[in-house]
Amino acid sequence: MSHQTYYVPAQSRWPIFASIALFLMAYGAGALMNALSAKSDTALGLSLLIGGLLCMGLIMTGWFSHVIDESRRGLYSVQMDRSFRWGMSWFIFSEIMFFAAFFGALFYVRNLSVPWLGGEGEKGVANMLWQGFEASWPLMKTPDMAAYPGPSGVIDPLHLPLINTLLLLSSSVTVTLAHYRLKQNRRPQVVLWLALTIVLGSVFIVFQTMEYAEAYQTLGLTLQAGIYGATFFILTGFHGVHVTLGTLMLMVILLRVIRGHFSPDNHFGFEAVTWYWHFVDVVWLGLFLFVYLM
Amino acid sequence: MGNVEQVVHSAGHHGPAKGLTRWLFTTNHKDIGTLYLLFSLTMFFVGGCMALTIRAELFQPGLQLIRPEFFNQMTTSHGLIMVFGAVMPAFVGLANWLIPIMIGAPDMALPRMNNWSFWILPFAFAMMLSTLLMEGGGPNFGWTFYAPLSTTYAPPSVTFFIFAVHMMGISSIMGAINVIATILNMRTPGMKLMDMPLFVWTWLITAFLLIAVMPVLAGVVTMMLMDIHFGTSFFDAAGGGDPVLFQHVFWFFGHPEVYIMILPAFGVVSEIIPTFARKRLFGYTSMVYATASIALLSFIVWAHHMFAVGMPLAGELFFMYTTMLIAVPTGVKIFNWVATMFRGSMTFETPMLFALAFVVLFTIGGFSGLMLSIAPADFQYHDTYFVVAHFHYVLVPGSVFSIMAAAYYWLPKWTGNMYNETMGKLHFWLSFIGVNVTFFPMHFLGLAGMPRRIPDYALQFADFNMVATLGAFLFGLSQLLFVYNVVCCIRSGKKASNEVWEGSHGLEWTLSSPPPYHSFIEPPIFSHPYKDGHRGE
Repeated sequence: MSHQTYYVPAQSRWPIFASIALFLMAYGAGALMNALSAKSDTALGLSLLIGGLLCMGLIMTGWFSHVIDESRRGLYSVQMDRSFRWGMSWFIFSEIMFFAAFFGALFYVRNLSVPWLGGEGEKGVANMLWQGFEASWPLMKTPDMAAYPGPSGVIDPLHLPLINTLLLLSSSVTVTLAHYRLKQNRRPQVVLWLALTIVLGSVFIVFQTMEYAEAYQTLGLTLQAGIYGATFFILTGFHGVHVTLGTLMLMVILLRVIRGHFSPDNHFGFEAVTWYWHFVDVVWLGLFLFVYLM
Repeated sequence: MGNVEQVVHSAGHHGPAKGLTRWLFTTNHKDIGTLYLLFSLTMFFVGGCMALTIRAELFQPGLQLIRPEFFNQMTTSHGLIMVFGAVMPAFVGLANWLIPIMIGAPDMALPRMNNWSFWILPFAFAMMLSTLLMEGGGPNFGWTFYAPLSTTYAPPSVTFFIFAVHMMGISSIMGAINVIATILNMRTPGMKLMDMPLFVWTWLITAFLLIAVMPVLAGVVTMMLMDIHFGTSFFDAAGGGDPVLFQHVFWFFGHPEVYIMILPAFGVVSEIIPTFARKRLFGYTSMVYATASIALLSFIVWAHHMFAVGMPLAGELFFMYTTMLIAVPTGVKIFNWVATMFRGSMTFETPMLFALAFVVLFTIGGFSGLMLSIAPADFQYHDTYFVVAHFHYVLVPGSVFSIMAAAYYWLPKWTGNMYNETMGKLHFWLSFIGVNVTFFPMHFLGLAGMPRRIPDYALQFADFNMVATLGAFLFGLSQLLFVYNVVCCIRSGKKASNEVWEGSHGLEWTLSSPPPYHSFIEPPIFSHPYKDGHRGE
């Protein structure tokens, strides 16, 4: 282990401002949702939420610029680099567990509770509450069709989702190629492969939006369409948010590559984003398999 | 905004800033540790006042002081505040103060993020407490917020409760990432994992649990949010969902969560008992493995909270046996503590008294847990005061006593002054008596069938309830002694030596009392406290 002096930053205003911004976002989101559900005035919630988001955006830009600046001034040691690596790895692990909760919910309803509700299995007595309900997956007919009208169809996995799978898989390849070129210090090619990755990610998001439009407009597959719609949208929706975030991160990295921030042996910011991108990709494979195909 | 932070190359060049900004902008692990501990103490009293409101109402049968709706808000807020506001931040505060000085690091691995982890909390709890003042009242569905009580039948303020939980989750995850990065990356050269003090080990494992399950909590409250505001049917059978799904996801978080609140306590007690027994810890390696086993088992026992809810027989059996299995590593730990004391030269300063009470009373809580793990018996105990007695025995004379023990044990190191030993002992005995008078009768109440979370009860429960209320007020009021003692200790007192305790061992006792603002600017030379010959056997 090498032991240069470990860099301990001086006082910082970023965290407390970030806490305030987070509070504004959370309070704004809460007020907005309550107002929407109560059909009352949404102005306060909306303005707090947008204000909080803007503040958070500014703070994150400032905070990260500050860290980048420190890194470029050579304040960080090898040991610091390891701290960042551990930090990013465990952050991704926490994200995996976040998705695990929703996958767990999906597996539970598919394999246990929906069959029980349909009268099958050991807890099939639940069917007595909704007599005549038949279990199926995808669940097209919900127990109470008036409250939760089931969908008339589901997304065909072999069209847009298959294309999206290919898009994300190839984006994982392109981002790795960019990384290889970075290690060889061939910056123009890094820019090229990174830009291609961003394009692939963006096209994915566009396709996903088109898929949602189709689900809502022609298939009646909505958030309110019972448990199939609920699990479908929460899994694909949070994944979509992560792809969007990942694409934004890639854009920042592209900008930094163009500005010449990274060297072949010092580019953890780049690597962290590729880790994140691969994670998003792997989650998609799980989604494609368990949400769309099976 | 950017120019406010002067970049200082070496860690040693800046001391504490003056005034309020020191605390708002700090990146120092000791300052942040202090903030966490003070926040926790504040929340301990806020949650404590709620507990006393509950006990006052239950002093006699009938409705005297508060309305049932408000009673429900009190039980809910009391639980949430004690779990997320008092116990967890106290242990994070201890981690912040102690881990760097125990492993010979200059600070935590990611100091700015450390500040953020803390400062999210006051905002999160401000939001959570503000729900009590909102139209329709605060959360009233119990700290476990089971759907559909927390979805279909919840007051509108539940939305803010959900976002407060999200904020606490962010804070906990970042705090835990920091702890892991610090432990794995910042140890002084020569300190291997199996050389680390047990407090550091238990926190490493706790941090892993936090990162693994806080996102699951975020997931379950997100599903609640979707059900409440966006028309999904995760927890509504009318749409094909299942309210029991809520309980599964919640307890997948919830069971590791209870170990998050006890593993660091194990670590604290494993530091204190060897010091005052003047022996090295018996079975260090088995302690580490036992802690890891408890943590891993915690992922496969969650449904023992749900025996009465309706599960296939195979599920009941599986969760019953895995739960019982936890008694094995826990028994190893209890055995090791007792074996450490066996033939030791024991003295009974306040930290040791709290640690001893921990061992005895936590074991009582463990045994009632074993009773509850028996599925057929649990059908009887479920949702009675027996459960309340059980988890209060593991959390109050368990977690809280270990936090008290830690505070007394390390206060001289933190402040440079000794606390008042007589007052400390008085605090201990009043707390010890108060805790047992409060919670022991609840076992009898529960076995006799008194349900939990009710503001009124049948007449035959009156006597024990009266006793419990008297005990609660004794316990609550005696905590003021603790505050007084801490304040006195910060302001003045006999100067503490570097070692503080005759039998102390570990790197934190090589620093001055109080330690310098930046703990170890140069990594210290590490020699194993248990292997260096002049201490222990």
